[in-house]
Amino acid sequence: MSAVTLTNLKPAEGYCEKEVLRYAGCKEPTEEICELIKVCYEELEDRLTYRLCYRKLSLEISDDHCDFGCFSVRSRDLAKNLKGCKSVIVFAATVGVATDRIIARYNRVSPARALIMQALGAERVEALCDEFCKTLAAEYNTRPRFSPGYGDLPLAVQKELFAALECYRHIGISLNESLLMAPSKSVTAFVGIY
Amino acid sequence: MRFLEYLNRGKVYLDGGMGTLLQGRGLKSGEQPELWNISHPTEIREIHKAYYDAGSNVVCTNTFGANLLKFTEDKLVEIIAAAVENAAAARAESTAPQEKFIALDIGPTGKLLKPLGDLDFEEAVKVFAKTVEIGAALGVDLIMIETMNDSYETKAALLAAKENSTLPVIVSNAYGENGKLMTGADPAAMVAMLEGMGADALGANCSLGPEQLTGVAEELLANASVPVLLKPNAGLPKEVDGKTLFDVTPAEFAECLARLIEKGLRIAGGCCGTTPEYISALYKRTADITPPPCPKKNFTVVSSYTHAVSFGKTPLLIGERINPTGKKRFKQALAEKDMDYILSEGINQQEKGVHILDVNVGLPEINETEMLCAAVCELQAVSDLPLQIDSADPVAMEAAMRRYNGKAMINSVNGKAESMAAVFPLVKKYGGLVTALTLDENGIPATAEGRLEIAKRILQTAEEYGIDKKDIVFDTLAMTVSADNKAATVTLDALKRIREELGCHTVLGVSNVSFGLPNRDAINSIFFTLAMENGLSAAIMNPYSADMEKAYYCFKALKGLDENCGDYINAAAGFATVTTAATSVPKAEDCDGTELQRAVVKGLKDKAAELTKEMLKTTPPLDVVNNDIIPALNKVGSGFEQKTVYLPQLLMSAEAAKAAFEVIKATVTTEGKSASGGTFIIATVRGDIHDIGKNIVKLLLENYGFDVVDMGKDVPPEAIAKKAVELHAPIVGLSALMTTTVPAMEETVALLKEQAPWCKTIVGGAVLTEDYAKKIGADKYAKDAMEAVRYAEKLLKN
Repeated sequence: MSAVTLTNLKPAEGYCEKEVLRYAGCKEPTEEICELIKVCYEELEDRLTYRLCYRKLSLEISDDHCDFGCFSVRSRDLAKNLKGCKSVIVFAATVGVATDRIIARYNRVSPARALIMQALGAERVEALCDEFCKTLAAEYNTRPRFSPGYGDLPLAVQKELFAALECYRHIGISLNESLLMAPSKSVTAFVGIY
Repeated sequence: MRFLEYLNRGKVYLDGGMGTLLQGRGLKSGEQPELWNISHPTEIREIHKAYYDAGSNVVCTNTFGANLLKFTEDKLVEIIAAAVENAAAARAESTAPQEKFIALDIGPTGKLLKPLGDLDFEEAVKVFAKTVEIGAALGVDLIMIETMNDSYETKAALLAAKENSTLPVIVSNAYGENGKLMTGADPAAMVAMLEGMGADALGANCSLGPEQLTGVAEELLANASVPVLLKPNAGLPKEVDGKTLFDVTPAEFAECLARLIEKGLRIAGGCCGTTPEYISALYKRTADITPPPCPKKNFTVVSSYTHAVSFGKTPLLIGERINPTGKKRFKQALAEKDMDYILSEGINQQEKGVHILDVNVGLPEINETEMLCAAVCELQAVSDLPLQIDSADPVAMEAAMRRYNGKAMINSVNGKAESMAAVFPLVKKYGGLVTALTLDENGIPATAEGRLEIAKRILQTAEEYGIDKKDIVFDTLAMTVSADNKAATVTLDALKRIREELGCHTVLGVSNVSFGLPNRDAINSIFFTLAMENGLSAAIMNPYSADMEKAYYCFKALKGLDENCGDYINAAAGFATVTTAATSVPKAEDCDGTELQRAVVKGLKDKAAELTKEMLKTTPPLDVVNNDIIPALNKVGSGFEQKTVYLPQLLMSAEAAKAAFEVIKATVTTEGKSASGGTFIIATVRGDIHDIGKNIVKLLLENYGFDVVDMGKDVPPEAIAKKAVELHAPIVGLSALMTTTVPAMEETVALLKEQAPWCKTIVGGAVLTEDYAKKIGADKYAKDAMEAVRYAEKLLKN
């Protein structure tokens, strides 16, 4: 078990249009939609504040019980994902509150823009996670990342994850009573190391 | 000696890190350090004493997270009592010669406040109030609010400290690498708000080392009139052999802070990673340095939760459009509590380049306190401009000032004794820049001399309340020139004299001058120019007026207030008069039909509005709706149902249609709304804060002519049922995105069945299915917005 580490990682600038369209629920974009995404990104770009913290934890699995030392959880799917791993990296990532503010703003005046901003925020925070997992993969043999809410991994595990990572203190993510993260464009996940 | 007395003499040394030292003594990860006050008093006392021995004047109690969100009230009392006792014991044991004080330490709650998070502002005030109340009764010397990374939570804590004690309060924020708080405020914005509320000192701590925080400290020193504090980390944490180490040595730490003390820093200490060794090094290195005196800055500023706006050479623009006076459409919006309309006025004015938004929602038939509060909070969720709270009702004014995140502009006080007695205490308590009208019990003086005299009297009274001259701007009252041909010159004379003789800033609502005259913009813009030439600091004006815009940018360029005429050149692109022969909407293979139909299908908002305006000259409104807008919407809607059109396009079309409807609404201004089938109540259920889906359904329903009452997100079942009964609503739409909030939806459906049995419920959201909807007793599951529209049509239009 080790202490929480902060990184200065950033994904490459720009965005993956295909992913943004996927998050926006759009298979075949019109010219106007692609233009709208471009305009929205220009507005969003300077407001993105990428932050990520992580911590290495020990791991013991018995059946569907995953024990990380400072907390444990029952999940068949996570246990399957982490099978054969000796330790695990838990991490939390966010693009910051300004994205939520801009989504809130357009939610009131332009649902189309709100939808695109939402999709861009999701694409950006996932891009940050991808970047982080890439750096991990360069150092360790890693499993694909696995987040609370996937499969049978209960959302309730967020509470323990947040305590272990001290997310609010380190990168400003807090958890509300419905176990939702604020800022909303945030991700937490487990990455198994074998 | 009292703490403030000591502080006023010179430097104050704070203590260093606590958490890292406790970990070294065996505190486990996840264990609450505050409980160690009770379980490990010896260890805590040792650490406090070591800091006193190293030279600290102030030791902070080990109560960083001691609040009602983490502990029960009984436990909290026990923890804080033990913490203060530990600090007092250390103080008694230490033989170091310096003055020693104990600060009640208050850290953040760990929860984000609304609207970003789910903690209500007043709830946060209550949480901090309890900690303050307990600590203040135990005889601490001061309160230290620290590591706050959100301006709103900082305000809640400071307000609680001020309302529940008379102790000195020092406030310290955690700034990130970008020099801002996590929620966006820069140092100048924090100075404006904290000094306005009466913080005795302010500064920065945690997050970074002394080198990286130097910029923030310098910015604080450049803006603050009260003493500035810095309590940095021992650099950045590094992991070595599973242990966290910090990369700045005590000597380097002391050196860096010494440089800042030479520049005026008055209060210094350390945060994470620092130890008594660091404080000792700091003390030894800086004991002989006398910081230069901290001059009073006399800056006239307002702030939002991100930035401060200062009054200076360049005149500022205050958008006047959020005000019902003389605006039918705005009155209608207020009466219908149509917050979206009010918010879009705010956003549009911001896009026009105003610096501050005036907010006036006073109408005789509405509850102004409620409405003003809601408008201020909601505007602050969508715009980062500072607001001018504009109300004649001190109760409404106070409620809005309390909730405001930043230092607001207040409109207004005047020379009447009653007005000053009502407004000045509010300004003193919450902070603010107040607009003072030069009128009194005898009305508005006819001469400049008379208005100047009132201004002097207002300044004098303000001083008695402890309000600085810099926090008052004078409005010398623009009067109608058509009623009195000297009106404008008197106003301008008074303006000039107040600016020059009293050295105060000025503001004018310029539009009044032209009342009763044709082509008002022409007069307004020239009067505006004359006023700026006579020393006007800010104008309350209509930013949509091209004449006003021209006057402003030309003035700036000509007076040397616009580097390279950059702002003028940018603005000039928009000066061109309205294009008459605009480019037509191109035909597309997938859409023939009229031009307006194509504009809606392609989602061209501005074009759709423009075309509608044009068509209304020759075509009855109802024909435009039935022959153009609705067919276009249907085309996109059925495309969506057949999966040839996707959600973003559906929304863009809906917005274009809405823009067209807005034009029709403004032209027709009929009584009542549409000839629709009835009221549709819509809400996101309790516990759920996702509202994009709900807003999409709302937009489409509005397009199809339904009256939609939007109750927002996180709405309790009781409130929804109450509204359904009150409006005898035939249909209620509920949205939930998460499995955890479906029970709240079920509860709402059941309550509606019981209290409003006539009412149909329609549900939707990511986690719902047809079966699930049936299981919770809903009348209808809609998989998307179009299906909700079709169902409502079937139900209500028959």
